[in-house]
Amino acid sequence: MSSTDSAAPPRPGGFLTGRLLGSGSAMLGINIVAVVLGIAIWAAITSLGVVGLPGPMEVLRKGVELAGSALLLSDALASLGRVLSGFLLGIAVAIPVGFLMGWYRIARGLIEPYVQFFRTIPPLAIIPLAIVTMGIGETPKIFVIFLAAFLTSVVATYQGVITVDRTLVNAARVLGAKDMTIFRRVVIPASTPFIMVGVRIGLGSSWATVVAAELIAAQSGLGFRMQQAQLYYDLPTIFVSLIAIGILGLLMDRIIIAIDRALTSWQEKA
Amino acid sequence: MIPKISFQDVSRSFELAGQKSFLALDKLSLDIEDGEFVTVVGPSGCGKSTAMNIAAGLITPSSGSVLVDGAEVTGPGPERGVIFQQYALFPWLTVRQNVEFGLQITGMPRAKRREIADRFIQLVGLGDFANSLPKTLSGGMKQRCAIARAYAVNPKILLMDEPFGALDALTRVQLQDQLLQTWSQERRTVMFITHDVDEAVYLASRVIVMASRPGRLHRIIPVDLPYPRTEEMRLSPEFAALRNEVWRSVYHPAEH
Repeated sequence: MSSTDSAAPPRPGGFLTGRLLGSGSAMLGINIVAVVLGIAIWAAITSLGVVGLPGPMEVLRKGVELAGSALLLSDALASLGRVLSGFLLGIAVAIPVGFLMGWYRIARGLIEPYVQFFRTIPPLAIIPLAIVTMGIGETPKIFVIFLAAFLTSVVATYQGVITVDRTLVNAARVLGAKDMTIFRRVVIPASTPFIMVGVRIGLGSSWATVVAAELIAAQSGLGFRMQQAQLYYDLPTIFVSLIAIGILGLLMDRIIIAIDRALTSWQEKA
Repeated sequence: MIPKISFQDVSRSFELAGQKSFLALDKLSLDIEDGEFVTVVGPSGCGKSTAMNIAAGLITPSSGSVLVDGAEVTGPGPERGVIFQQYALFPWLTVRQNVEFGLQITGMPRAKRREIADRFIQLVGLGDFANSLPKTLSGGMKQRCAIARAYAVNPKILLMDEPFGALDALTRVQLQDQLLQTWSQERRTVMFITHDVDEAVYLASRVIVMASRPGRLHRIIPVDLPYPRTEEMRLSPEFAALRNEVWRSVYHPAEH
């Protein structure tokens, strides 16, 4: 699976930590230096007036202002609410459907053409249709996010089930396990690492989708705020929204990684 | 007395993609007595694993049947424990949870389950690792855990498919001794598949030699060495003679 690389848990430390520095805190130090350096370069370029962009201080002031007026929080909550409802709904449907597809050939034959077809359509392309058929409320946005999360997680779950080691299934059978026990105690745990890869990619694509959906049609949310700011040439607000999107996306990804670690720590890492 | 395991004209062919079917096992007839330790040795493609998998109920014969205690095998069952070359431990379960797996299926109460599991974990010398995950164990320890897991459900028969094949020579010799020791305390009927002639002679009361193309029974060589087997026996001229005899019939079946 080509997506495995991007979603593989990062090894603690990188080349530098492993070979030269030998500790995780040294790596964190380097990371902080890199961020500080980046902000310094940003400040330098903008203060020289090279490009017509706001500098870090201006963006910070705007951030404090938006946070103080509770606008930032309500936008973030609006976006998060859409993502979480669409995403949780998506994986809640994708996991059982993926198991069905992996376990029963008939289910696979019936469902797979649809999954493969809709996977090739970017979820955002569904928005015009969703708005026409579902109105301009929350439903079309949540539906599109649901679709984004569902399509990535269903394929990962199904892959997980069909690649369960036959020897483990046989080992359970010779110990007296019947189909239901094998499913519950072998297939589900064995496919968890695959499912978590799908969940992680699904969350990423849900987050990307919500922001884009809000740019197109919404009355709240971080994407909507940027759309509004664009009308008034309010670049600091666009920056604040972008940074908020990045930070929230990063936080959600870290949470998924932590859950993944807890659920699949039994794996033998090569 | 009826034999414990009886192969009766067992054949199995496999369909190969785009070719005509391939006869993996041709009319195998073989009786294994209760409490006997037999090893099956032969070149790859001789059908030894196929025969074992049919006895395990993991694959069905194309014709013929396998009887266990006079009853035909129709699927896997806990009275026939299987030990796989790749250990097949559940990596998300600890050593103890792995050993308890089969007992849990029978609905045995927790305390009883634990008592039995701990007994077999001790027997294979993994007492200090009961709460360890398989990823922290060496290959030899994993296979000892798999042996404990198979024993825990109290099978009458142990079917072992090249269980020590993936281990280094030293660990392999240690596990052979440990297996025989376990077997002397917990006597079961054992059918042990191997491609290692030394191992075949050292463990068995009879060595079943198979030949390939098609997979079939070639010779049965009795090993008249008493149990317990010792290092002196392994180095004795009698052992060497048996080893040579098995070697020749494996590698030069046309002449021996």
